[in-house]
Amino acid sequence: MPEETDIHPFRIDTPGDAIADLQRRIAATRWPARELVKDRSQGVQLATIQELARYWTADYDWRACEARLNALPQFTTTIDGENIHFIHVRSPHADALPLIITHGWPGSVIELLEVVGPLTDPTAHGGAAEDAFDLVLPSLPGYGFSGDPAEDGWDPGRIARAWAELMRRLGYPRYVAQGGDQGAAVTDAMGRQAPAGLLGIHLNFLREALGNIGGMPADSPEERAALAAIKTFAASGSAYFQEQATRPQTIGYALLDSPVALAAWMLDHDTDSYYKISRAFVDGQPAGNLTRDHILDNITLYWLTGTGASAARLYWEGGQAAAAAAGKPRPEMKLPAGVTAFPGEIFPAPRSWAEKVYPHLIYFHEAARGGHFAAWEEPQLFTEEVRASFRPLR
Amino acid sequence: MSTDTGTTSTDPAVRPFHVEMAEEAVADLRRRIAAWRAPEREPVDDQSQGVQLATVHDLANYWATGYDWRRCEAKLNALPQFMTEIDGLDIHFIHVRSPHEGALPLIVTHGWPGSVIEQLKIIEPLTDPTGHGGSASDAFDVVIPSLPGYGFSGKPAATGWDPERIARAWAVLMRRLGYTRYVAQGGDWGTAVAAAMARQEPAGLLGIHVNFAQNVPPDILGHIRNGDPPPSDLSDAEKRAYGQVAYATYHRGYGVIQGTRPQTIGYSLADTPVGLAAWLLDHDETTYGHLARLFAGHPYGAITRDDWLDNTSVYWLTNTATSAARLYWQQAVTGKNFYAAANVSLPAAVTVFPDEYVTAPRSWTEQAYHKLIYFNEAGRGGHFAAWEQPDVLSGELRAAFRTLR
Repeated sequence: MPEETDIHPFRIDTPGDAIADLQRRIAATRWPARELVKDRSQGVQLATIQELARYWTADYDWRACEARLNALPQFTTTIDGENIHFIHVRSPHADALPLIITHGWPGSVIELLEVVGPLTDPTAHGGAAEDAFDLVLPSLPGYGFSGDPAEDGWDPGRIARAWAELMRRLGYPRYVAQGGDQGAAVTDAMGRQAPAGLLGIHLNFLREALGNIGGMPADSPEERAALAAIKTFAASGSAYFQEQATRPQTIGYALLDSPVALAAWMLDHDTDSYYKISRAFVDGQPAGNLTRDHILDNITLYWLTGTGASAARLYWEGGQAAAAAAGKPRPEMKLPAGVTAFPGEIFPAPRSWAEKVYPHLIYFHEAARGGHFAAWEEPQLFTEEVRASFRPLR
Repeated sequence: MSTDTGTTSTDPAVRPFHVEMAEEAVADLRRRIAAWRAPEREPVDDQSQGVQLATVHDLANYWATGYDWRRCEAKLNALPQFMTEIDGLDIHFIHVRSPHEGALPLIVTHGWPGSVIEQLKIIEPLTDPTGHGGSASDAFDVVIPSLPGYGFSGKPAATGWDPERIARAWAVLMRRLGYTRYVAQGGDWGTAVAAAMARQEPAGLLGIHVNFAQNVPPDILGHIRNGDPPPSDLSDAEKRAYGQVAYATYHRGYGVIQGTRPQTIGYSLADTPVGLAAWLLDHDETTYGHLARLFAGHPYGAITRDDWLDNTSVYWLTNTATSAARLYWQQAVTGKNFYAAANVSLPAAVTVFPDEYVTAPRSWTEQAYHKLIYFNEAGRGGHFAAWEQPDVLSGELRAAFRTLR
């Protein structure tokens, strides 16, 4: 039986019971004792998570987030047997370049909401009409409203093929793709698969270097600094990665049953973003657009959709795919690629590494501000990077 | 069994201890289990993504409806339990003297995800051998402490409680109990504590027995860290151990989490009993497989569902999963590798249980324990030897320590 290819409009309508249950659970949280150190070296600090919990129950309003999402054109469609949720905003400008942006973990389409306006409607946001994009923002399988794949095998390569089908189904014969974090893995895979119509990619995370540190030059101060940052991450910052890559179901039980456990797990991604988020809650000093409400929009989305375990599974899938590909040559990257290095990222990618990974590097720039969640934290800077990187491909 | 404290210690710093959990805490636990919000089933047909949904369902159902904490409490309170402050921290311990004269004092240290619950089944065979297939000359006085941050012991309020410091505290404990000649035993974290005691050689310590050997030579650990294949000159037993340690190094998410982010996982383990239960089930693949079958109704050595949930309930009701996880962090900041050769010169004995996740080769063990007085491969049993095979472990301890009496 051929797959149904219809595209259905989608709206979020969270039952009041689910919101009340969330509130009840946060209020009933049983806490561990305070950490024994004065920094994040034992994990998310008690003062940070307790202030997050207080704000979550006292001030936060999920309905505002729901309204914001429902103000955007959202759809679902079945691809390769799985339900895929996506936001699709067409530019008011003719000849806009279609762009598919993929979020990462612990993110969702929430990360990307602030770039919708600047990318689709540049003349209202300091840009020119010829910078306009038609925007497609899918939820990764297992994330948010895409729901949980019922079978294994949804690794970045399979997701990349699904995205090509999505763009084809939307009628886009020429388009570009962008991503950071897990979105960078998907976008890189799209680039290597080079489906008909894909003109090039832009990444704000050099995911490929992580899997091939030995192949990266390590001579200049920048290269040595990047290598040192990766070693620090591997030694003391990547435990969540190993757990999700090997035992996503085990950690999943806590992520589904305790909102505070979920919030803590999601806050503990990388040093730069952790301290920024911590300051947003404890000191009321958000970094850029990483505000308390935006952070809780994302966490609440994970909670209400019950996707903590299925989102973690993407690391397991990535691990399986990497093990299967071990020892085999990587498919060649023939398409043009652009890379922006944000200073707060897990490691600051040097230009030489970007050139090594992407022989056809059409754009490289070090942004002045921003970290791992570049689009979320610095939507304006991110937008300018995406415009500049794709300008030669229009 | 007597709980007369007057005959057990003369030191006024040793206070009798009883477990008594508030009814509200027990009811709250049951409420939380019943309100469990489950994830989707794993999309694989084995344990390759972690603890399986069907197993957690079995466990949660039994925990909420069939399990009785008060039975565990009564079992503990039937034993002589004490509390004493050492190095600024309250240490809980069980202390059972043998009815036999000349019994050899023995301190047994549990590991993670265990507690004193693991050791309850060896108390009688060790203290009362004539009633359990042994002779009076095999008798032990048994001291079973709760590790700092575990169970009923205090939670350290500052960093620093690594196995070395715990070992020094155990020597103080044995001295305080009036023991001038004694031996020490452990597996899992208990092996690290026993080895640290042996290296410190406190007055009175005659030797140790471990059921997990820390024996990997430094150059071999280097190869494992680099992800190298096993060196070609290894024997078959060494190759097997190499593979096991390498696998454990890269497939122990819980170890890395607890070693670097105990506080982060702590929010899970303090707030959701089912999240805690799943975390504790996932120690190693073999043990997990046994436990999954246990909750599906198949026996696992001497361990019952109630036993397993006694241990899990101790973690929950004392809210110690976070402080327990910190032991991994404490070890990690010292830069020591858990598998590294113990470098012990006191007499040492090792029993290898066949289902342990690393089965020690004798060659490496002899290098790590310079005076190896006993080495045996047991016929059955795994990581929780005292719990699964109390008779086998008791027999091993009798044989291992016979020459030190």
